[in-house]
Amino acid sequence: MAPSPVIEITNVSKAFGGVLAVNRCSLAVSTGTVTGLIGPNGAGKSTLFAMVAGFLRPDAGRIRLGGRDVTGWPPHRVFAHGLVRTFQVPHGFPRLTVRENLMMVPAGQAGEGLLGAWLPGGQVRDQERRIGARADEVLEILDLTALADLPAGHLSGGQKKLLELGRAMMADAPVVLLDEPGAGVNRTLLGRLCEVIRRLNRDHGRTFWIVEHDMDLVAELCDPVMVMAGGRVIAEGTLADVRREEHVREAYLGGGSREP
Amino acid sequence: MDWAGLAGYGAFFLTMAGIYAVLALGLNVQWGFTGQFNIGIAGFFAVGAYASAIATTAPGGAHLGGFDLPVWVGLAAAMAASAVIAAAVGLLTVTLRADYLAIATIGIAEILRLVLKNEAWLTNGVRGIAGIPRPLAEMAGDHPAAILLVVLAAVAVVYLALERGRRSPWGRVLRAIRDNEPAARAAGKNVLRFRLQAFVLGSAIMGLGGALYAHTVGFISPEAFGPELVTFLVWVMLIAGGSGNNRGAVLGALAIWLVWSGTEILTGRLPPDMVTRAGAVRVLLIGVLVQVILRWRPAGLLPERSPRRDDDA
Repeated sequence: MAPSPVIEITNVSKAFGGVLAVNRCSLAVSTGTVTGLIGPNGAGKSTLFAMVAGFLRPDAGRIRLGGRDVTGWPPHRVFAHGLVRTFQVPHGFPRLTVRENLMMVPAGQAGEGLLGAWLPGGQVRDQERRIGARADEVLEILDLTALADLPAGHLSGGQKKLLELGRAMMADAPVVLLDEPGAGVNRTLLGRLCEVIRRLNRDHGRTFWIVEHDMDLVAELCDPVMVMAGGRVIAEGTLADVRREEHVREAYLGGGSREP
Repeated sequence: MDWAGLAGYGAFFLTMAGIYAVLALGLNVQWGFTGQFNIGIAGFFAVGAYASAIATTAPGGAHLGGFDLPVWVGLAAAMAASAVIAAAVGLLTVTLRADYLAIATIGIAEILRLVLKNEAWLTNGVRGIAGIPRPLAEMAGDHPAAILLVVLAAVAVVYLALERGRRSPWGRVLRAIRDNEPAARAAGKNVLRFRLQAFVLGSAIMGLGGALYAHTVGFISPEAFGPELVTFLVWVMLIAGGSGNNRGAVLGALAIWLVWSGTEILTGRLPPDMVTRAGAVRVLLIGVLVQVILRWRPAGLLPERSPRRDDDA
């Protein structure tokens, strides 16, 4: 019996102008997996991610998260329901320190209300201490401790990607969508990134759904792998399986990209 | 040398600088913390001035009221009136990107100015409102030190409150929204709520600035609230002082007001036929000053600094 799906997408479509970016796409991501999503440029992968995370509203179809219909929810509600995403291009807060970048993430901070900000009670201070300690742990794991008090804008591209993953870790969300976590990250950092993802998946039961072009990283981390082309999923299985399928090769070659 | 006159001028100078400091602090919440491009400062300034004037003047004027209330009630009314208008405007505009918000706010300031000018039952129209009481009048009479003290106290209270807000998790979210709105949304923050809060709070502080101005000069009319002067100067003050830094906002207000009123004294000594043209030169001078600061100190005199860690006060 197949494991229960945490994300279920049914007949979802999204058009920009006249172009169908996602075309009646249906798929399911199983709880506890590290699922890959590959496909040529323009296949609709990022658009699909944006819709699942609430950044875009589907033109048609339903999206369920943990059994709940979340279609059309705004991002902060989807987040509160347990899903966090990262961006292809790192979306940090350049003038906040690296540590603040992490500390701003956790939900339910009493100090974010007007009353809690101006009349902070013990609860606000306790939370800040706890969140600060958690941020320090994450910085340690990502090897960014030495840079904690620097403005995040000063980080290198690869470090920004790590920080992006760090923000996802701070969210403590059971479902994590990573949009090209490996792009622009050097080999050493990439190894660390894989290690972190594997650990979160194995030890903390987080489900990952990862868009990635780096096939080494996909081979290393992802099972199963979904292939998207022309706005829908055209194959699913282990990377070795989908690589063997003729129409997957065609999609890549026809799309002008190198084969998977 | 007229020492009393000089002291009186000094008090007036500091009072005005303090009022501008309050305005710059209000803008700092919106632009410095949150990245909201409000160029309707003059509108909220005017609303505050009129609200406090109507609340505190003696009854029987040609405008609404007056209600003869104490000055501190007038200050509170000014903040409340500006907050209410900002909330109404904000609900319509918080979804707008910075540049569109700018266009919307400049329009709103102009609408407010026209309302003040034309709704004579409310504001006495172009003839304005006179006889606005000084604070602490029972104790200090008309002494200029009284209003100066009130203004300095207002600057201190607003400054301390905003420092506290900036260091709080609330302030951290505002600065995050300013830096990258999609990422703040991805981190689960209800961006619209925070932006509305910042816009309303900043505008209420600008309303307080307007009320302090009304009680300083004693007479207000729509003439005083043209967009050029107040909005332009407050923006220059915040940019020059250091956007995002509350101390920078206060310092910028002091420095730019010094240049602005200093040049007024200089141009006042010119032959009469040159005085009017010199007014334009003063604006030009401020513009050049901004260019110089942006070229050599782009983050302002006191650049923004992140709150020190574990400073959870």
